This record gives sequence, structure tokens and C-alpha cells, in this order.
Amino acid sequence: MNDMTKVEPMPALRFEAPPSTSLLAHARHIVAENPVTGLAFGLFALIVIAAVLGPSLVPYDPLASDTNAALQGPSAAHWFGTDQLGRDIFSRVIVATRLDFAIAVCSVALVFAMGGLAGVMAGFYGGWVDKLVGRIADTIMAFPLFVLAMGIVAALGNSVTNIVIATAIINFPLYARVARAEANVRREAGFVQAARLSGNSDWRLLLTQIVPNIMPIMAVQMSLTMGYAILNAAGLSFIGLGVRPPTPEWGIMVAEGASFIVSGEWWIAFFPGLALMTAVFCFNLLGDGVRDLVDPQRRN
Amino acid sequence: MIPAPLLDIKNLTVEFATRRGTVKAVKAIDISVGKGETVAIVGESGSGKSVTSYAVVRILDRAGRVAEGSITFSGMDLVNAPESQMRDLRGREISMIFQNPRAALNPIRKVGKQIEDVLLEHVQATRATAREKAIEALTKVKIARPEERYDAYPFELSGGMCQRVVIALALACQPQLLIADEPTTGLDVTTQKAVMDLIVELTRERGMSTILITHDLGLAAAYCDKVVVMEKGVVVETAPAGEIFRNPQHPYTRKLMQATPRIGMSLADLLPDAAKGPPAQAAAPRPAPVAGAEPLMRVENLVKEYPRPETGSFLAKLMGKAEEPKPAFRAVDGISFTVAKGETLGLVGESGCGKSTTSMMITRLIDPTGGRIIFDGTDIGAIPAKQFAASPHRRRIQMVFQDPTDSLNPRFTAERAIADPIMRMGTISGRDALRARCEELARLVGLPVELIDRFPHQLSGGQKARVGIARAIALEPDLVILDEPTAALDVSVQAVVLNLLEELKGRLGMSYLFVSHDLNVVRLLCDRVIVMKTGAIVEQGTAEEVLGNPQADYTKELLTAIPHPPL
Repeated sequence: MNDMTKVEPMPALRFEAPPSTSLLAHARHIVAENPVTGLAFGLFALIVIAAVLGPSLVPYDPLASDTNAALQGPSAAHWFGTDQLGRDIFSRVIVATRLDFAIAVCSVALVFAMGGLAGVMAGFYGGWVDKLVGRIADTIMAFPLFVLAMGIVAALGNSVTNIVIATAIINFPLYARVARAEANVRREAGFVQAARLSGNSDWRLLLTQIVPNIMPIMAVQMSLTMGYAILNAAGLSFIGLGVRPPTPEWGIMVAEGASFIVSGEWWIAFFPGLALMTAVFCFNLLGDGVRDLVDPQRRN
Repeated sequence: MIPAPLLDIKNLTVEFATRRGTVKAVKAIDISVGKGETVAIVGESGSGKSVTSYAVVRILDRAGRVAEGSITFSGMDLVNAPESQMRDLRGREISMIFQNPRAALNPIRKVGKQIEDVLLEHVQATRATAREKAIEALTKVKIARPEERYDAYPFELSGGMCQRVVIALALACQPQLLIADEPTTGLDVTTQKAVMDLIVELTRERGMSTILITHDLGLAAAYCDKVVVMEKGVVVETAPAGEIFRNPQHPYTRKLMQATPRIGMSLADLLPDAAKGPPAQAAAPRPAPVAGAEPLMRVENLVKEYPRPETGSFLAKLMGKAEEPKPAFRAVDGISFTVAKGETLGLVGESGCGKSTTSMMITRLIDPTGGRIIFDGTDIGAIPAKQFAASPHRRRIQMVFQDPTDSLNPRFTAERAIADPIMRMGTISGRDALRARCEELARLVGLPVELIDRFPHQLSGGQKARVGIARAIALEPDLVILDEPTAALDVSVQAVVLNLLEELKGRLGMSYLFVSHDLNVVRLLCDRVIVMKTGAIVEQGTAEEVLGNPQADYTKELLTAIPHPPL
């Protein structure tokens, strides 16, 4: 068996296979193919910039009140107008991005870790693990999800951390079920069997064979739930749970502005609402683009 | 005057818009199908044979379009016909049968109802007569007890039965042209024979024309009047079936015919002359297994049972009226055989005979219910499959999988796939040493070294098969289970891979367990053959004995069902 090195190779088959391309070129292609994806990526970039640099970009202190300038409509000085305390709504909307975005990212990361892991294990091992995860998911689904989130925040205490936890819990069934289904169909796939033959332990199979292959679908799921998480956080704040005034947050701002709509000061609720809608819209559109970007089958 | 052909394809070019510009899948081809004629379009994957048929019925996907040429069907221009007219034509005048019959049927609708739908859609029956006509259609395709089968769902029928239903659907409206796209690929050889006989009988009876799209020259020769050979989108040869096999004109046709395994040829004969190794090597006899020596593997009375799903309803059980539990299903029913060192043992049988279950038990991916698997003196059947990954015997038994695409992790490069067993169980450590070993293995299996950084979807079928083989031999195992390693490959690629396997065996001193349904391939590669049916061995012996002079009826039936090109 030592003479393996000096053997002559078999005649090679030459078939045209597409060469690989860089991630950037691939991203450019995907955007060119679907302009809506380009729009979503653009909006996403804006949201990230606002979240990271927001406080240093805005023209006014979002907490500073100026009673002389209260309840003014949109103008050159105050693009989005001012609220009942004379605070600049534009500054508040931009500064709020960081908090809302952070809540969404943290809760999605948390539920991805919890739900994804539980689901993958349920799908891979089956048996009692599957039953347990399935019943937990069913139990959560049995409640109206927003009411459940309200209950969790009310019970755990009124804080940003608890909003994150509540949002993660109500999204758990979605992640667990998607991950379970995806892991389950791949459990018997040829490449998993081949990896078993290569002497991989179950844990290694899970982490090197199954998890990387379900990432595309999980990435789409994450993008979709990001929008939902923002909406949920804003919703909780709207009804007075979680974030408390005067902290700038889209949900509270809409809640505060709601009472002024009847008297004609529409801008107080409108602009934070618009920001909220844009963010949710952006994350939903992003889903398709993310799938195209991370799917290796499309990289050719 | 010669009557005008039923279907006349002239100068047809089909283009697909892709990322790298437009690709011509079919280039200026001419095919004509006369009334009552059976025409085979033969070619390997990528030859454009399916695209041609899609163009005829206008079901090309969005990226594809007919760029040039004309398709005339009994005087009608199909390229420019309005969609409404095409919709009426499909099913009523031109029908198609696809490769996977199960995918072509609606899984949640009774098959009888599905036939009714077609009849009603094309006004061949009224609500009152639909049932009767559907049963009549089932009778015509020779489905036993058609009244009962009318109420069956596709999952309750076997693959062959499903294909019969699909044929019934296709022929329900008495079309003039039937296009069958690989109608028997994936079916067993005896089923294939039954289905093809049925298609030919029904179409002759009704004076229909048929286009059979296939990669199997034998099938084309056995059932068709005329053969059209396509290569890379071009028709290279058109001739009557008898003619083309006796006297092939084009080099590609000759290459295809040469690569098709037949009786009375050796493995090396499959390769084009230019690619053959030195004659001395090709002529070298197989090293005979040492007689009397302890075999590498001894399988004794191996059994695998699967529990049957419970049938009684929950209520019946509650009332204490539960049925007697049925005995477990025996997928493998007490088989015994040995594999000698350096031997290739063929394991042959049709789907459901237990050959895959047997190979899974031997590779220790599943646990046997009973019996022993003695490998080099140790009963490895006693080690649970879950713990076998840690056993020192793991590296000595490896496997090459049936589907080269499915068996490679889409997120691993070829190098990472080949390196996986070495990283887990090998003695080589260090990035550079590992890389060097992977390159060495790639060279050994004839995979160009510059390709090992590619992902599976960037490789061709033959290249993926080579990656799978390189992975299996990376640790120089003693026994390699080959589970239909060439079933998903074109014949010319199959020829090269089979030769590669034979050469590697001699060089590395491995034993093979070759699991296959293709008797022609088994004949070429194997020293001994085991024929299995419903979990039991019906016949075993040397390849020449079993395949040349079969004793069991079942083996005879298998052998006669293979379509042979008239050579």
C-alpha cells in the first residue's frame, strides 16, 4: 500500500463546472436580479447607521423639553415637528432606533440559540427529546402570543431585559419547529451517513453537518422575526409595559401622540409609526435577500 | 407521396438566459415523428433531450425560449400557437409521462379521481360516466382489481403501479402523441419490462406515435423504430434502431455503445480505446481469493425486523377489541455469506429485497435484530451502531454511496469532505500534511487537484462520485461497500468509475461488497454474486455460474428482463 504515491492517475473527466465567485460579487448579482432586495439592504443599512451613530447625528437632545416650541408641525427647524413638551420628534425617532433595534437583535439571538438548538436536537434525536420540545412549543402556541408576552413582562418585572425574554419566548415555537423539520429531513441524508462512517460522534454530526445546512432557512426566519420582534417591543411599550417615558421609543411615542391626533397634531404619532413600519417592512423584505445570499447553491 | 409526419421539428434552437449570458441547450436540431412511429431520443445528461420535449409541449421554464426553428404538429405551428390552444392540446393530443411517477400524481387524491379529472377537463366523459370510464382506463393499463384500486391513494401503490396510473392518465384522452421522459428510470428491471411492454402495446393498438427519451441504449433498441442520438444539444445521428446498433456512424454513438455494459466483455472494453491502460494491466487476471483462508467477513444468520405500525384504532383498544399484533416485518430474513480478502461480492436484487438494509447493517449504521457479523475475528454486530464510531474497526469498513450529490455536504469543499475521515480517525495531523494527503487521494481517483477547493454544486456528477470514492478509501479500509455507486451516472462516466474502482481494489488490496440491481455491471465487476429476494438469499455462486447458468427462477426472470441492444 505504500506504492500509492507513484501510481499514474486515471484519465480525468473534464466537465465544465462554474467557478466560484466572491461574496461581494454574489451580493451585487442578487441585488441586480431583484431591486426590492437592494431596497431592503439599503433600508437595513440606514437602520444600522441610525442605531449606531444616532445620538451623535441628531440636531437636538431627545430629552430636552422646550415649552415655547411645543406642538409645532413639521418645519425646517423641526423636520418631524415637536411634541407636547417641545421635544424634537426627529431626534427622538432617530435615537429610539438603537433601543428598538437592540431589543430585536437580542431577542432574536436568544430565541435562535434556544429554539434552534432545541429544534435541531428534537429533529435529530427524535424520541422523548422530540416529544418534550414539541409539547413545550404547543403550550406556548396555546396562548395568544401578545397576551403571553404581556403576562411574562408583567410577571417578571417591567424592564428592557424582560421584554427581550418575553419576545424570545413567544417566538420559540417558530424556531423550534422550523429547525426540527429541517434537521429531521437531513438526519438520514447521504452526507450525514457518510460523516457517521467517517467516525463523527453525534454531536459533531449535529454541529458540522446539520446545523450549517439549515442556516439559510434559519437566517430567513431570523430576518422575518426581527420585524416581528420590533413590533412586539413597540406594542408592549405602547400599552405601558417595558420601556418607560421619557426614554425615546417608537411604541411610547405613538402612544403619547395618539391622544393628540383628534386635535389635529398628527405628526407626533405619525413619524414614530412610520419609522416602525419602515423597519418591519425592511426586515420582511430582507428575508428573501438573506436566503439568496447565504445559500451555497446560489453561489455560481 | 410520403405522408407528412405527425410531429416535425425543424432547425430548433432553444436558449436559456443564465447569469453567464444565454446558453443554447438545443442547437438547430431536426427530428420528425411519423404517425404510429416510436422514436427514441438517446443521450447523456445535458444532451438537451428533455429540453427538446419540453419545447414541443411548451413547458420550458421561464428562462428558456425557442430562439429559432419550427415545431409542427399535424399541420399546426406549436411555437407560435396561443397558450389557450396549447392548454387544450396538452393531454388531449400530446401527453407526457415523467420520470418519477409518484411525483406526477397528487398524493392526497384517489387515483381514480385523478383520472376522472383529466377526462372531465377534456370533455371525454360526463359526471355520470366518469367513474366507469376511469375504471376502464385502469383496466386498460392492466391494473389488477381496478374497482378497488380506483379508491387507492398513490402512496398505497408500488412504483410500477403508480407508473401504470400515470400511463392511464396520459392515454385517457386518446392522444396522438405520447412523450415518455425516462419512464422507467428508478423502476426495477422486471417492472421496467412490464411498463415498457404496456406502453408499446397500448400505443401500437391505437396507432399512436411515441417519443421515448432515455439514456439507455438497450431500452431504445428493444422498443423503438427509430433512434435519435443527441450530444450537447446537437443531433449527431438518426437511424432506424436495427441499423444504428449494427453500424453506428458517429464516434459519439460508438462511444456510447461501447460504454454500455453487455455480455461477453471486460471492464476495460467499456473505455474508449485512447483511454485504456497498458494492455498487460487490463489483461491481468483477478487475483483469486486464497482458498481455505479465513474470510475477511463472515455474516451468519443475519436478521433485521421492523415493527409494524399499529393498526387498531384507539377506541377499539379501549374497548378491549384490539386485533392481534401482527408479527414484525422481516426486511432481512436470516442470511449468511462470507466475503474473502480481495474479493468483490455482488449483492443483487430488486427494490425492497433487503439488500440496502443488509449493507447498512454491515457498515454498522443500523443494528441487526439477530445474527452475527464477524469481521476479522470480531463480532462487530454486537457493538451498538451508536458506539461504532469510536470502534477501531470503524476505519476498516467504509462505503461509497449511491447518490454522489446527496452524499456530499453542500457546505464542505471537496477537500474538506475527503479530509473528514482522516481528521476523525487518521494519524495525519497538521494542515499541510492533510492537504498533501487529500491531493494525493484526488490524484489517485483521477480528480483534477485544482478542483478540490470547490463545493459539490460546482462539480459534475462524475467528479462528485470521485470525491465520494476518495473519501471512502482515505483510510485504506479493508472492506468497501459500494451501494449502486454508478446508478446516478451517465454510461460513459459509469465506465470510467467502474474501471477506477477495479484498479483501486487491486492497488489497495480491498474487498468490495457491490450492491446493485444492474446485472450487467455486476457481471463485469464481481467475482461472486448473491441474489436476494424478499429478505432471503435465493441463489449464490460465482458470477459466471449465477449469471451464465442461473438455477433459481427469480434469477432467470431478472436476467430475461434486461433489454439488450441487438449486437
